[in-house]
Amino acid sequence: MRFSGAAHRYGRDIDTDVIIPARYLNSSDPAELAAHCLEDLDASFVSTVQPGDVLVAEENFGCGSSREHAPIAIQHAGVSVVIAKSFARIFYRNAINTGLPIMEAPDAVDGIRTGDRVTVDVDEGLILNETTGESFRAAPFPPFVKEMITAGGLVERTKRQLRKD
Amino acid sequence: MSTIPGKTIAEKIFSAHSGTDAYAGDIVVADVDFVMGQDGTTPLAIRALENMGVDEVFDPARVAVVMDHSSPSPIEGVSALHTMMREFGKKTGAKVYDVGCGVCHQLIPEAGHVVPGDLMVGCDSHTCTYGAVNVFSTGVGSTDGAAAMASGKLWFKVPDTMKVTYTGELRPGVFSKDLILALAGKIGADGATYMALEFHGPVIDALSVDARMTISNMAIEVGAKAGLMRADAKTLAWYEGRGDRAPQPVDPDADAVYASELVLDASAVGPQVAKPHAVDNVSPIEEVAGTPIAQGYIGTCTNGRLEDLEIAASILRGRKVHPDVRLIIAPASKQILLDAMEAGYIRDLVEAGAVMVSPGCGPCVGTHNGVPSDGENVISTANRNFKGRMGNSNAFIYLGSPAAVAASVIEGVITDPRQYFKGGE
Repeated sequence: MRFSGAAHRYGRDIDTDVIIPARYLNSSDPAELAAHCLEDLDASFVSTVQPGDVLVAEENFGCGSSREHAPIAIQHAGVSVVIAKSFARIFYRNAINTGLPIMEAPDAVDGIRTGDRVTVDVDEGLILNETTGESFRAAPFPPFVKEMITAGGLVERTKRQLRKD
Repeated sequence: MSTIPGKTIAEKIFSAHSGTDAYAGDIVVADVDFVMGQDGTTPLAIRALENMGVDEVFDPARVAVVMDHSSPSPIEGVSALHTMMREFGKKTGAKVYDVGCGVCHQLIPEAGHVVPGDLMVGCDSHTCTYGAVNVFSTGVGSTDGAAAMASGKLWFKVPDTMKVTYTGELRPGVFSKDLILALAGKIGADGATYMALEFHGPVIDALSVDARMTISNMAIEVGAKAGLMRADAKTLAWYEGRGDRAPQPVDPDADAVYASELVLDASAVGPQVAKPHAVDNVSPIEEVAGTPIAQGYIGTCTNGRLEDLEIAASILRGRKVHPDVRLIIAPASKQILLDAMEAGYIRDLVEAGAVMVSPGCGPCVGTHNGVPSDGENVISTANRNFKGRMGNSNAFIYLGSPAAVAASVIEGVITDPRQYFKGGE
């Protein structure tokens, strides 16, 4: 998976309440969720984000609630990949389960500013800041997680497992 | 000479549930004893089950869905989601806790759905609450929840464990909420990411089960996967008459290997407050005393239990909530509401000026029951004060103990509760 887009950079501890406030959870329509993505943190995000853009954040991205609406809102807002210094545990699993690409790459986060043009190769773990010419490498997924992604995610894995039982 | 390393509580529970000799770092597929979802997350789990082509759950007696976050429904979108949950219950036989039953994290242990030694997952981040009764319980998203509902299994990375020991004793006017806020302030919102916490020490032993749950509930606020405690005589007494499975308490080995160990002197902890907009933005209450407040909230899976209402009632009895302040109270379950009525706490609180709302999450998550206005300060017993959490991103949320909230709503400003306790300052 290769993506290219503009970077939107935020700070640490971006929680799922600001990613998608609970007052919008009365809908599970991805387009409706996307329309309110990050609005309490940056009201201009939804109007400026373009398909393919890259979300960049510091430590503990996605902390807080277990709401799977968070990765869904981010993905359907047009974000192709989230690059962070670290991810909160539940968000990490939810992103993998819902198919939102994520990359843990502290150096890249330090080397990317809002508006920079970024190209990523998720499978290779490569991140290129085209604006500065710097390139970075993300931490690889553990083998088990990689296998699950290759197998089509948890839904497909569970289907197969139930057939086996 | 063989040296088989000892195990933490987490390693023992994962070993028992995966049929492997599990240690931290291992990835295991484990049998779960129970799976829970709430009204914010269950609809997506139902959709994930449909995508899996599954129309039944692995064991209807081991799955429950709870309407607590927006309950009773404030808006037709939620009403439709509640209908979906009721139909799911009828179709699969899963237990449905309808509006007014209470917060999932009170109901699941209260009904004995989980017992000491269990492994369970819930589609809510505060599922870590039952670590207080020796259950490895952890929050997952809806797709993980659906996989567990369908198969009774889920994959886990066995976590490293951070051992937290509270020494000394709690001073008058200081509560378990203050202990966990002090920890969040010390190690930060990602201080225990991917780890299990194990809480030990004489202070934990001396706490009631209610008060222990407050601590385990907030394990997620430091990034932890679980907040585990031993099951002692108090735990087992609490379980008498609850559920139909026997507790299987799990103690850590004396030579268990911990990733880190922290010792905190509870005697040195005073009332704590988490300031807007982060749970680890903690300071002693003295530093924010005098800050005006417009609303107080006592309730939630953190502090909506009988002991919490008792503490609030003891302060508010015969006194009045400040005329410029609203006090909202949501008991954590119907049973707690009934017990608090029986004990007279509800009369004390309502006479003082409190507004009682339905057992459930109340205004904690910003969907109903008391959304603050622009610029208003709220002091709450909840576990999160993120920007916009209570439904208005222009409001400011402070977190404290039920005593701190009760003392503050009387004065109309954030107030140190120790003046109400003999031997407090």
